Amino acid sequence: MKNEWKKITRFRLFLPIMCLILVLLVNVIKTPSFFFLSVRNGVLYGYIIDVINRASELVVLAVGMTLVVAASGGTDISVGSMMAVAGAMSCYVLSGGQVSVNGYAAPWIAGALSALAVATLCGAWNGFLVARMRIQPMVATLILFTAGRGIAQLVTRGQITYIRVDSYKYLGNFIPHVPLPTSIFVAILVVVLTNLLLRKTSLGLYIQAVGINKDASRLVGIKANKIIFFTYAFCGFLAGIAGLIASSRIYSADANNIGLNMELDAILAVALGGNDLAGGKFNITGSVIGAYTIQALTTTLYAMGVTADQVPVYKAIVVVIIVTLQSEEFKKWFAKAMAQKKPVEA
Amino acid sequence: MKKKNAFNETTFLLKITISLFVVMYALGMVVFREKGFIHFQTFLNLFISNASLIVIAAGMTLVMLTGGIDISVGSCVALYCMMLAYMMERQCVDAVSAVAIVLATGLGFGFVQGFLVSYLRIQPFIVTLAGMFFARGMTAIISVDMITIMNKRFLGWAQDKLFLPFGGYLNRKGVLVRPFIYPTVIIAFITLVLIAILLRYTKFGRKIYAIGGSEQSSLLMGLNVRRTRLYAYVLDGFLAALGGVLFCLNTCSGFVEQARGYEMEAIAAAVIGGTLLTGGVGNVFGSLFGVLIKGTIETFITFQGTLSSWWTKITIAALLAFFIILQSILGNRKPRTGENQ
Amino acid sequence: MEENVVLSMRGITMTFPGVRALEDVDFTLRKGEVHALMGENGAGKSTLIKVLTGVHEKDSGVIRLDGIDHPIENKSPEEAQRMGISTVYQEVNLCPNLSIAENIYIGREPQRHGFIDWKKMNVMASSLLEQFGITADVTVPVGHYSIALQQMVAIARAVDMQCKVLIFDEPTSSLDEDEVEKLFTVMRALKGQGVGIVFVTHFLEQVYEVCDRITVLRNGKLVGEFAVQELPRWQLVAKMMGKDFDDLAAIKSLRTNSPSDETVIKTNGLGHQGTIKPFDLNVKKGEVIGLAGLLGSGRSELARCLYGVDKPDKGSIQVGGKDFSASHPLDSMEAGMAYLPEDRKKEGVIGDLSVKDNIIIALQAKKGAFHLLSKKDQEKFADAYIELLQIKTRDRDTPVKSLSGGNQQKVIIGRWLLTQPDFIILDEPTRGIDVGTKTEIQKLVLQLADKGTSVMFISSEIDEMLRTCDHMAVMKDGQKIAELDAAELDQKTIMSTIAGGGK
Repeated sequence: MKNEWKKITRFRLFLPIMCLILVLLVNVIKTPSFFFLSVRNGVLYGYIIDVINRASELVVLAVGMTLVVAASGGTDISVGSMMAVAGAMSCYVLSGGQVSVNGYAAPWIAGALSALAVATLCGAWNGFLVARMRIQPMVATLILFTAGRGIAQLVTRGQITYIRVDSYKYLGNFIPHVPLPTSIFVAILVVVLTNLLLRKTSLGLYIQAVGINKDASRLVGIKANKIIFFTYAFCGFLAGIAGLIASSRIYSADANNIGLNMELDAILAVALGGNDLAGGKFNITGSVIGAYTIQALTTTLYAMGVTADQVPVYKAIVVVIIVTLQSEEFKKWFAKAMAQKKPVEA
Repeated sequence: MKKKNAFNETTFLLKITISLFVVMYALGMVVFREKGFIHFQTFLNLFISNASLIVIAAGMTLVMLTGGIDISVGSCVALYCMMLAYMMERQCVDAVSAVAIVLATGLGFGFVQGFLVSYLRIQPFIVTLAGMFFARGMTAIISVDMITIMNKRFLGWAQDKLFLPFGGYLNRKGVLVRPFIYPTVIIAFITLVLIAILLRYTKFGRKIYAIGGSEQSSLLMGLNVRRTRLYAYVLDGFLAALGGVLFCLNTCSGFVEQARGYEMEAIAAAVIGGTLLTGGVGNVFGSLFGVLIKGTIETFITFQGTLSSWWTKITIAALLAFFIILQSILGNRKPRTGENQ
Repeated sequence: MEENVVLSMRGITMTFPGVRALEDVDFTLRKGEVHALMGENGAGKSTLIKVLTGVHEKDSGVIRLDGIDHPIENKSPEEAQRMGISTVYQEVNLCPNLSIAENIYIGREPQRHGFIDWKKMNVMASSLLEQFGITADVTVPVGHYSIALQQMVAIARAVDMQCKVLIFDEPTSSLDEDEVEKLFTVMRALKGQGVGIVFVTHFLEQVYEVCDRITVLRNGKLVGEFAVQELPRWQLVAKMMGKDFDDLAAIKSLRTNSPSDETVIKTNGLGHQGTIKPFDLNVKKGEVIGLAGLLGSGRSELARCLYGVDKPDKGSIQVGGKDFSASHPLDSMEAGMAYLPEDRKKEGVIGDLSVKDNIIIALQAKKGAFHLLSKKDQEKFADAYIELLQIKTRDRDTPVKSLSGGNQQKVIIGRWLLTQPDFIILDEPTRGIDVGTKTEIQKLVLQLADKGTSVMFISSEIDEMLRTCDHMAVMKDGQKIAELDAAELDQKTIMSTIAGGGK
């Protein structure tokens, strides 16, 4: 029995799944109707749908963050700002520079592509600083963390730009005649395609190798710096997608609020997913589960009357607990403490 | 004996910073002549508006010298302002006690962060990122609404102008206008000098430089690295609290959105002032000039009138990027000890 | 403890996961004695020093220090320092951002009214350096000075701390002749004061110039303690490298083909600043070429220069008759080279990845990211090499870090064999491996050569190289000093070449 238990706990996804179940349980206790679904106007409604819907941006960010952490052992804290830049770019292009429009000034695809391009460029800048200039990831991404929202403000000329076109709202809300929110599909698509990219090429293997042992990877012919650069650029790209979704939800570009605080959420999702924040082996599924868990946690907190501004306290505590448990020093101390407690077995 | 590289980064970077400030300020005096940039008061206003930042940047310098970082200071400032406002207005605590409690909290906060970084060896960024969110959230938990401070004593400290006996000018009406500062400026200066003395003339200060230069060498030379690092964070926590008090004396209120991005300004000030991100190099006077540069940019934007305040942030970020890259290039040039086997 | 003994270590045993670093080692240091501690890589010298200075905690054994009644247990470098044991490490352990004076006095700066007295500190530092015959500006950050000067500062610091035992761990690697002389003058002066000095080094000449006694370690065990005057050079070399003769003929007879005349690798004055002086080398197809020399002689550096890890800044290299230059190890791989690094933990093993992944990774890198090896192929290759090299692992998906050192090494060898190289460099492939596996690897080297692969074999065990090599290059002090071919390959010749230098 003990061995079976050990086997289960060793299973990679144990931590994230346990946390998710825990949070869902608390949710159901607080809101008995948590899992109820109802259909209205051909669309599915329910608390659970809400959670999955709102988690979409976070899921997309978490995928990018997972790879950044895996390859370089660092985190990208500019993801929220990159979202804002992407949203601003998209609204700027689609509004033709005006504050509020009722029709597209350019095809939607132009807005989307420019947003993605700008976000990827930001990611590439981060990648350049980390891979080529050997600057610590935290510090390198600090620059965009500061400047990103300012750049977004510049693009929208300091105004919140509104795109009052129905089709713009599709991404963050519903496409007519489709029962589920669009962002859910986008999130799933991102996860599936990323997985394909990592599994069908040797990229997944390279990222892990570089994160575990950069020197050895280089000696076996892996271009470690290029891999690291790629993960940051890709993270930027995904932040762009998240930014488009967020912007679509509010059919505008609010440079101050889009993606606010999402960097901590993304890091938390990666940590909750059982990934080591020091880099190396990674598990995207874990991060995805972590993202949904966080969203469910946020919902719980809201149900308990915690306001949006107060939620970060609980997230901070969870982060500290998780990284403490992951820290080598703590594990050593814990092992010693456990060893002392056991009496000598005769 | 041979000197391989007579090029001293510290002095070089510091010279760049000071020159930058002088150039910028001189530029301001020329461009904004009509608007009164040339008055001594404008210079003093740099200190008045940024007294708090000077103290916080000093704390940030300490932590960065050990090779770490503290991005929680902005949120902590907001927390401390809110605590002061709440204690004085809602709990009728007197001003002195409120300040004492806040300073003690700063010590405690610094201790917790320092313990996690030094003894559990968790990356400083993650620890202080969590600290940042914790502090900001706590601010909201204390009060979601803004609290204005009415406490007479506190307001007295805040509004008590100290006139200087020199630097006055005659305004258009022919009346002598004397320049002034507030007590916050004095406190900031004293703190700066004390920290500078600490770093230069005490064993503890030198140990901070040592562990930033090479943690392994410090260990092998018999220094207690963990304890030194912990104390650095404790002191930084205290300075964050002190900076918070000074900030509050400026705004006389507590609300959730205060001091957003403040940590960035402190980091930028330290980096622009010549503190290396990798640790071991830097001093608080450089950070002072970093603060003054930021203040000058802000003054430009204000005097200019039409540009959005976001331009300050962007310029600072650009300067920060420039200095980070400069540091990285210089760092890669230096011959590294211990690798020449 | 005896009258004139200042340090006594008895029965010291130290085990790391999977490796017996020290087994029942004794060491005695007398007052006023310069005692050399010698041995090849993995012999245990570093570990013994680290146990003494509190960096590692020993498993068993007793350490006694003169003046202290009870056995001592040093838990940290701080404690060791307090006890009167000072160390100068091989890698300069100073803080590059602090001035010379500060580095010397950090933690014990002279004070005035509670504040550091900089003036006094600088004066004290200057006069201390003068005792070494050095004049330098003590206010300049030490990182601005050459490694040699930094080392002298580190030495000055240790000497200044009034110790009973002074340990020098490879202090002369970065010093030139004058500086070495200065160091020896100081050492002799300290001798006169009754300080016991431990001198860890691989420079034979220096041992004979300044030391009184020598302790030799090999594979974690004590070989013996000798008086310098009673031990001729070549005997010392023999003791360090081991003289266990196996039946040479038996293994050599496995060889069926002799090397062809075709040259695979040719270097012309190839060198890398600071690591390896320019060398000429010819490697023939199907040849096994050995690199012999003591620790620190530049063998690994030569290998790294060939493979392009340290980008050569002098000379040229031709691979397969064509001019070649590598900007990334992948270039070398595509030219048909393979490289098994000396430090498998740091540069070889990708610990958290499975045995399978570790084996196929080099081949995968060669093929490129978009030509992923199919799962079936990956498993096929992994299984083939697990079988061929007899790798002991639960299955192919076990993380490689849970394998023993020897099996980890086999995994990395398998990794490179899978790329079917024309030229493979094996840097200490048998270090830390059990005897049975060592033999397997040597046989494997011969098989490879038979099939036409050229092999560069670097080992501290001369007999291994004797059994497998067709040709040998001898290294000393960072350069290639001689080449021996088949006829001259015997223990004595090699050792005297190393000991005497040049031919």
